[in-house]
Amino acid sequence: MPTVIDRHGVQQLVLQGAQLVEVLGAREYEAEHIPGAVNIPLKNLNRETAKRLDSRRAVITYCHDYQ
Amino acid sequence: MSARAASRLERLGFTVYRYQAGKADWFAAGLPREGHDAGIPRLGDVATRDVPTARLEDRVGDVRDRAALDAAEPLIVVDADRVVLGLVTPEALKGDPESRIEQVMDPGPVTFRPNLRVGEMPDYFKRHDVQDALVTTSDGVLIGLVHRHSG
Repeated sequence: MPTVIDRHGVQQLVLQGAQLVEVLGAREYEAEHIPGAVNIPLKNLNRETAKRLDSRRAVITYCHDYQ
Repeated sequence: MSARAASRLERLGFTVYRYQAGKADWFAAGLPREGHDAGIPRLGDVATRDVPTARLEDRVGDVRDRAALDAAEPLIVVDADRVVLGLVTPEALKGDPESRIEQVMDPGPVTFRPNLRVGEMPDYFKRHDVQDALVTTSDGVLIGLVHRHSG
């Protein structure tokens, strides 16, 4: 089960090379996102689209809030 | 939504963490943002950060005597972690010098998050007839003060 982290955890993991993934739609991502995040909307998230991520590095998923 | 995404990625073999509070929390902490709306001025961008502060146990007379204190500015009461505990108006500082700050402060000042758009503030100032608004992170940590005519 994925570990839940807070923003301090995000900052720490990103420094260690983790990849941020915003899973909201493209429009919301393009308006505003966390620096360095890539966009893979949940509805498009599959083995194929996940290929843009580096499987050797940790991944952090996020959306808008506690959804 | 991020939970489902995290679970899906985990099944694909990734080591996954989930930032449950999401970008709303990130932006509310005044952290950097990217995107075509990122350049829109926010309270965190225009807030005055060098603001006078005091502690609960300070005495009114001592605070009043601080040379740097601008008589027109409110005084913000914070704890050791800069979490906002209250606000003291310049008028409240004119009272008994022996009173403790805790006795004269407003313990429930309204606070705003730094990611609020500057353009959304004039209504608040007008409706409440106030000149200043406190800006804090979602954890209550002081970022600064926005004046009615900032930005």
